[in-house]
Amino acid sequence: MKLFSYNSVDTPIHRLSGLTKLICFLFLTFAVMYSYDLRVVLLVMLFSIVVLWVSRIRYAQIRSMIIYVLIFIVTNAIISFFFAPEFGVEIYGTRHEIVKLFGHVYLTQEQLLYQVTKLFKYASVIPLGMIFLLTTDPSEFASSLSGVGVHYKASYAVALTLRYFPDIQRDYRDISLAQQARGLDLSHKAKFMDRFKNALLIVIPLIFSTLERIELISNAMDLRGFGKGKQRTWYTAKKFSRDDYLAMLLSALIFGGSLCVSAFLNHSRFYNPFI
Amino acid sequence: MAAPEWRQPSALCAVGGSLLPFFGYKTPTPPARNIVILSLGRAAAPAPISTQRVCMGRMPSATCRAGTARSFMEKQAIINFDHFTFQYYSQAEPTLHDINLKIYPGEKILIIGPSGSGKSTLGHCINGLIPFAYKGEISGSLTIHGRDTRQLNIFELSKMVGTVLQDSDGQFVGLTAGEDIAFALENDCIQHDAMHERVHKVAEMVDMHELLGSSPFELSGGQKQRTSLAGVMIDEVDILLFDEPLANLDPATGKKAIEIIDDIHCDASKTVLIIEHRLEDVLHRDVDRVIMLNEGRIVADLSAHDLVCSDLLRQNGIREPLYITALKYAGASVTCDMQPGYITTLKTNSAGAQVRAWYKAIQPAPPRNPHPSIISMEHISFSYDGVRPVLQDINFDIREGEMVSLVGKNGAGKSTLSKLLCGFEKEDQGIIRYRGEDMRDKTIKERAELIGLVMQNPNQMISKAMIYDEVALGLRLRNVPEEEITPRVEKVLKICGLAPFIEWPISALSYGQKKRVTIASILVLDPHILILDEPTAGQDYRHYTDIMEFLVEINKLGVTIILITHDMHLMLEYTPRAIVLAGGKLIADTAAAFVLTDPQVIEEANLKETSLFNLAHMADIADGTAFVQGFIDYERKLKNR
Repeated sequence: MKLFSYNSVDTPIHRLSGLTKLICFLFLTFAVMYSYDLRVVLLVMLFSIVVLWVSRIRYAQIRSMIIYVLIFIVTNAIISFFFAPEFGVEIYGTRHEIVKLFGHVYLTQEQLLYQVTKLFKYASVIPLGMIFLLTTDPSEFASSLSGVGVHYKASYAVALTLRYFPDIQRDYRDISLAQQARGLDLSHKAKFMDRFKNALLIVIPLIFSTLERIELISNAMDLRGFGKGKQRTWYTAKKFSRDDYLAMLLSALIFGGSLCVSAFLNHSRFYNPFI
Repeated sequence: MAAPEWRQPSALCAVGGSLLPFFGYKTPTPPARNIVILSLGRAAAPAPISTQRVCMGRMPSATCRAGTARSFMEKQAIINFDHFTFQYYSQAEPTLHDINLKIYPGEKILIIGPSGSGKSTLGHCINGLIPFAYKGEISGSLTIHGRDTRQLNIFELSKMVGTVLQDSDGQFVGLTAGEDIAFALENDCIQHDAMHERVHKVAEMVDMHELLGSSPFELSGGQKQRTSLAGVMIDEVDILLFDEPLANLDPATGKKAIEIIDDIHCDASKTVLIIEHRLEDVLHRDVDRVIMLNEGRIVADLSAHDLVCSDLLRQNGIREPLYITALKYAGASVTCDMQPGYITTLKTNSAGAQVRAWYKAIQPAPPRNPHPSIISMEHISFSYDGVRPVLQDINFDIREGEMVSLVGKNGAGKSTLSKLLCGFEKEDQGIIRYRGEDMRDKTIKERAELIGLVMQNPNQMISKAMIYDEVALGLRLRNVPEEEITPRVEKVLKICGLAPFIEWPISALSYGQKKRVTIASILVLDPHILILDEPTAGQDYRHYTDIMEFLVEINKLGVTIILITHDMHLMLEYTPRAIVLAGGKLIADTAAAFVLTDPQVIEEANLKETSLFNLAHMADIADGTAFVQGFIDYERKLKNR
């Protein structure tokens, strides 16, 4: 009954503090987002797959997420090709045609490199995000977010969502059953408009019982001093260990490496093998 | 439009107001006067009168309140209401009128009153929710620790007053018990190590230290409440305020909660305020004073003994302890020298003979129900995950026109059982029969025409803005023609006493009226069986009686009623028969009088022995169960049910 299927296994990745993982996630994401060098992107991707393996995340846990993301990046690649088939030529300044597709549209080596790089950039972020979501105890989310500068009130909203999501899910199920007993038809037999109206019969009681809940929580939080200071500390924040510093150092190095490759090797964000 | 009779505040309440001068509420009773005699078992033995207060249920040497008691009068009041009046902006009249009340450090006070008496508002004024979250106009003054609350904000107040709210689940803000306890410290920016150390220490005080990593879904109601208690104690507040602490707990857990509150009061010498309307349950342990509120005024400020032997409880719609009712039925006059405030201090004196004589006159008649079976379960077993059984081999047979209660602690399988009856879940094994016929192939919708389920919280059922539409919904979804719907809705609203409101919006109704609307919206489908989940949860005595008498009326129309409940009074008063579940097994199916006097069933199902049973022992009546049954029969005859 959890929003993300956090799996509690004891691996070096799970032992890291949530804040460390978030910072590493941000470093590595920026590293691939900044660089358009396919070699850098592939290295980071390889690294994150290794980490994914170390943290013993099973394929079944992430299958649906992978499928969604794959559909997204493939669609994205096709659409961006048809909107700007010459963008690669513009970037790299050369033109090596591979094949003429139709009309004035050519597939060029430059465009191919540009799009493959972009595709891998997106693809390499996914394992990183999954590592963060699936190896961080939900209790630690809020403290991690607040650790990277998100206001604690916003961070706490995340924690509260995780806390009350299962309750609301249960309310939903109970209300839905009670309404079905009154004769509500939720099956596909009903017409679309009817189904919409019927859904309202569940959503309205759900909203009212949730509002009741919210009044209670906000009173309980006020009474225990939530929101009085500019800062707050977190019970679940893990203390940094040596591994945390190492992990942050490593990802900072990767980020730095990515910047250096761009600055000194490629003299641009793009890796240009065509000149 | 005139409110119906059952919404009018009891006309008797006005009498309470005129009694004020007699109880001298402006000068608090010095608690040292309240002498509590430690009694073990029967209180008949003349114990030496001690001038020091002793916490009940402890060894006599643990004189936790000695000292503080004597010095109350010299100390300054920790909470001081001076001609305090409060009116919500949304209300036409003040909710609290001219409150004058002094509470001294170390006192344990029970604030009692019917719903709408202003007792929760009084609590909100003390903890700062008024005026921080609920706005209104204040006149007069309220000082806590000598500081006017208008000069304080809710955060400063939260350092002096810790509040445990009624709903122990809803107020659980953390993802684990540890986080929840630490919440106030987090907001104070306490550093990591210090925080963990303090959380552990406080958790030990309420015996939660081994469960710090548990999520709220893994904790019982009592454990959640203890977590909340730890969460406010961690602030080292001087005043602890409990807002209806018993509302969501089963009888045994409620009893335990009262014990924990008392222990904390003794050990940590806090000032404790308990807001409740369930008098007998709070008086399981002693309190220094009882403040009674009605219609926004203090109508009494006195000791538990004085309260119980006065007429104030009846006048103000508070249920008197059952043993007091029994004494009165027996014709005994309850006087203050009997120390009737607590069953443990009660001295029956000459009343014992009267009770015995009365008992002879009320020999119980065995209950009979000649009607045929309406619903039965045969060897029902069920599990959600196929691993952990939730119900095991359940057998019972309910006859037409019965009113049965289904009891047992949280997680015993009560709701699951009702889900099986309604067809929300399918049994793994066994047969459910309706009038002898297997129900296996009936859909949820078909079963709903036979068995109606009313959920606990009316807001979980109401989905329309207007009463008429809400009640008509079930019929409209069944495509009943509109010209047939109107008379059916009108008829059912009349039964439910809602006829004058047929064109009203639901938002204008009180909680009790909403409950009736939900019952009406189920009754309109003409079910033969009605299952109600905690129909009276959180209701004061008058509303409780209203709802239950209404259900009795429906029952008389021939509807079989199954009540899922924690309320032992309800069981005793209204349901001749009780089915008890514990750990997924049926452990008793017998008269309520047997259930509430059988130590093993009480233990297994988290129930509490009724005080009638203790009274029977005090009066030297050997068969306590028969006495309880006799009491029930007598009361039923008296109320003509």
